[in-house]
Amino acid sequence: MSVAKPNPHDSGPKHVSGQAIYVDDIPMPSNTVHLAFGLSERARAKITKLDLSAVRTAQGVIDVLTADDLPFANDVSPSVHDEPLLATGEVFYHGQPMFLVVADSHLNARKAARLAEVDYDDLPALLTIEDAIAADSKFEEPVIWQVGEPYDDAPHTLSGSIDIGGQEHFYLEGQAAAAIPREDDMIVHSSTQHPTEIQHKVAEALGTPFNAVRVETRRMGGGFGGKESQGNALAVACAIVARRLNRPAKMRYDRDDDMIITGKRHDFRIDYAVGFDDTGRIDSLTFDQFTRCGWAQDLSLAIADRAMLHADNAYFLPNVRITSHRLKTNTVSNTAYRGFGGPQGMLAMERVIDHIAHYLGIDPWEVRKSNFYGKGRDKTPYHQTVEDNLAPEMMAALASRSDYWARKAEIAEFNAQSPILKKGIAMTPVKFGISFTLTHLNQAGALVHVYADGSIHLNHGGTEMGQGLFTKVAQVAAEVFGQPLDAVKITATDTGKVPNTSATAASSGSDLNGMACKNACEKIRDRLVAFAAERWQVTPDAIRFTDGIVEIGDQPIPFGELTKAAYENRVQLSATGFYKTPKIEWNRRAGRGRPFFYFAYGAAATEVIIDTLTGENRILRTDILHDVGKSLNPAIDIGQIEGGYVQGAGWLTTEELVFDDKGRLRTHAPSTYKIPACADRPKIFNVALYNNENREDTIYRSKAVGEPPFMLGISAFLALSDAIASCGEAYPALNAPATAETILRTVDRVKGQPW
Amino acid sequence: MSKLHVTTTINGDSREFLCEPEDTLLDALRNTLGLTGAKEGCATGDCGACSVTVNGRLVCSCLMLAAEAEGQEIDTIEGMADHDKLHPLQKHFLEGAALQCGICTPGFLVAAKALLDKNPDPTETEIRYHLAGNLCRCTGYDKIIRAVQNAAAEMRGA
Ligand code: FES
Ligand code: FES
Repeated sequence: MSVAKPNPHDSGPKHVSGQAIYVDDIPMPSNTVHLAFGLSERARAKITKLDLSAVRTAQGVIDVLTADDLPFANDVSPSVHDEPLLATGEVFYHGQPMFLVVADSHLNARKAARLAEVDYDDLPALLTIEDAIAADSKFEEPVIWQVGEPYDDAPHTLSGSIDIGGQEHFYLEGQAAAAIPREDDMIVHSSTQHPTEIQHKVAEALGTPFNAVRVETRRMGGGFGGKESQGNALAVACAIVARRLNRPAKMRYDRDDDMIITGKRHDFRIDYAVGFDDTGRIDSLTFDQFTRCGWAQDLSLAIADRAMLHADNAYFLPNVRITSHRLKTNTVSNTAYRGFGGPQGMLAMERVIDHIAHYLGIDPWEVRKSNFYGKGRDKTPYHQTVEDNLAPEMMAALASRSDYWARKAEIAEFNAQSPILKKGIAMTPVKFGISFTLTHLNQAGALVHVYADGSIHLNHGGTEMGQGLFTKVAQVAAEVFGQPLDAVKITATDTGKVPNTSATAASSGSDLNGMACKNACEKIRDRLVAFAAERWQVTPDAIRFTDGIVEIGDQPIPFGELTKAAYENRVQLSATGFYKTPKIEWNRRAGRGRPFFYFAYGAAATEVIIDTLTGENRILRTDILHDVGKSLNPAIDIGQIEGGYVQGAGWLTTEELVFDDKGRLRTHAPSTYKIPACADRPKIFNVALYNNENREDTIYRSKAVGEPPFMLGISAFLALSDAIASCGEAYPALNAPATAETILRTVDRVKGQPW
Repeated sequence: MSKLHVTTTINGDSREFLCEPEDTLLDALRNTLGLTGAKEGCATGDCGACSVTVNGRLVCSCLMLAAEAEGQEIDTIEGMADHDKLHPLQKHFLEGAALQCGICTPGFLVAAKALLDKNPDPTETEIRYHLAGNLCRCTGYDKIIRAVQNAAAEMRGA
């Protein structure tokens, strides 16, 4: 058995010895050139003069390109061709690439990129959500989904609003790419979640068919959605220069450039109006979701859709209207980030629950119980039926595991005694839909070779960004052949081996690629079975692949011996595999269908402490129960859950993106943008998997795990809100991120001393 | 300006290299000496991905000039294992799933080794404090702290 085991990460031995190769570590030929972008210093302006003479004569500079030098498409957009690689006469955000410097070293390229003399004719810039609303600046008409008829004369009504900040991915490996010209072809190494899209964009930029570009991705140093489309610019720039100079070209963003140029998690403002009864049961709810998409469309429409798709989280909403506004601003073009809009939609729903509980003076857990999906209450606002409603039972199990009620009482006692330090606790569920909402993306391919000696070569369309995908898919191959994991060679993602792949995103990596791999392996195994049955004169069902050998009747044969015999008898030992997710269909404008194959669930309880004089805070304890179906690899899954939670809590607490009134990002390095560090990890951190088989027929009945745990971090945010609520009568209405400053301000507002 | 000639000891071997005056030790290690285990996560001393030790002292190699390596003893992740035998820290990071994308791992290992070399029995608080300069975006740190604790225990023979 290879699946369901906590096998370590396949690259682990290389990681711990410093031998794992990331794009920037690939040894390049000595004539390689290095690239850097010259960036706009205005948020919205016409470029009236672009004098690059000082750039051209700077030390080590070999070439400088502007949009006029691009031979074919000047576009790196993943969607609607609205994102030029290099600006053409005007700029739309502060940090937009305007020209490309080619130099003999990374440092010389970067230094030269600062030397341009540029004159701008400033135009009015729309920077905030409010600016965009006022100017009616948007990418499409608001999308509205409605079920039933929301009304405003329920027994109790509340309305409010929550600001939800964006988030920098802060993959520890910055964006990087390298291109090597080879005869008519271009070989590209890219730190990307989407090699196929890199292939397409490079081909368009070089004016070649897709088959003249091969993209390879062995591993990324973190992705989190930030390498779904944001690597396009670097790969395209490298390829254009490599073709132009017929020399290898390499580009990486240093941290500041990376944070200034690339898109982030979408920030939102979500307004709500809710009607409910004495128990807190919601009968009517409206959400107005406003999101800042930035200057180009990128993946924003699908992200805004997913915010709508998770506006219900785990609760039944009989009368609901969700309106989504996709705002166009002169800021960086926001992009995919773990959860893809889902976390923002979900946070607003959890805020509504919390607000109701505060208003009624009952525990939020009681309000949650009153509102969960259940019998006769199982239709989502987009008409998909919730079939495996796990949230209520998981939350109940977590309440007892985490001693919720006893600790709640202890906290009340503590707070009554403690004038300065206050504690808070919150327990929140996650219900996250699994599948790409663009239905055609739910497909995957794999390529498997078994060599005559019985060693197995595996390739599939998914990319490895640390999530352990390669290990999981290799486990599938090992399982099918009954071989130990180390008999399977995992190879870099390569558009030349498996074509037309989807991004490794939407948590779908192991669901899709695991199934495609299984399909390929089973084809080969079936051929081996047919061959062995004839050769040894047994029935096919007497042949078993297990524990490294093949049992043919009662005769055990080494796997390698069978494959050698099969080869000598001209049995084909190579196969491609394919998978497409069943059951899904979706109409996004109408908000109707079954966008998700299934849901993944989780529940988290977090206890925090705040200092009401400074706003400083700590997570004291976190308990998590998470549903990964029947786990393919418990070690990897628990790692994803812990990391997801901490990243989610970071989003809602310390991670603050500050743009100034000129549209400049002021938090563009780890010195000013604070992701969680060692000391921010919860002091007590209990993580358990919920024992459960996926009711749908997924790869060995497992469930996707990449994104769902991220939203467990919402419990940390609401625990902070709970602590703040103990300081006075008013509802905290805490905004995200709850930085120390925001907490302090909110404490003082709750105390009746606003500033 | 002409290049500087530097003689230094790296992982016990004496090495010579040429560098520009403004090159950092990280640049020299990665680009000149081909030791790419130390990574650049920020280049400003804030992430710890570039950690090495200089005469046993933990430094961010992105903040040290390559020329300053003259006559010093540098240790990097590449020298941590004893040939094929992993250091207990490496072993526990691997077995304890204390890594995901792995790009922060060399920095954490070098930093943790610097701690254990001085303090074989650190408290959890001391470990957190000592590793405060190393960022990891993937793991959430829990398994990293545990791996360091377990390695320390093994090295003490506990
Ligand atoms: S690269 Fe040196 S501390 Fe980040
Ligand atoms: S494992 Fe990815 S940054 Fe630490």
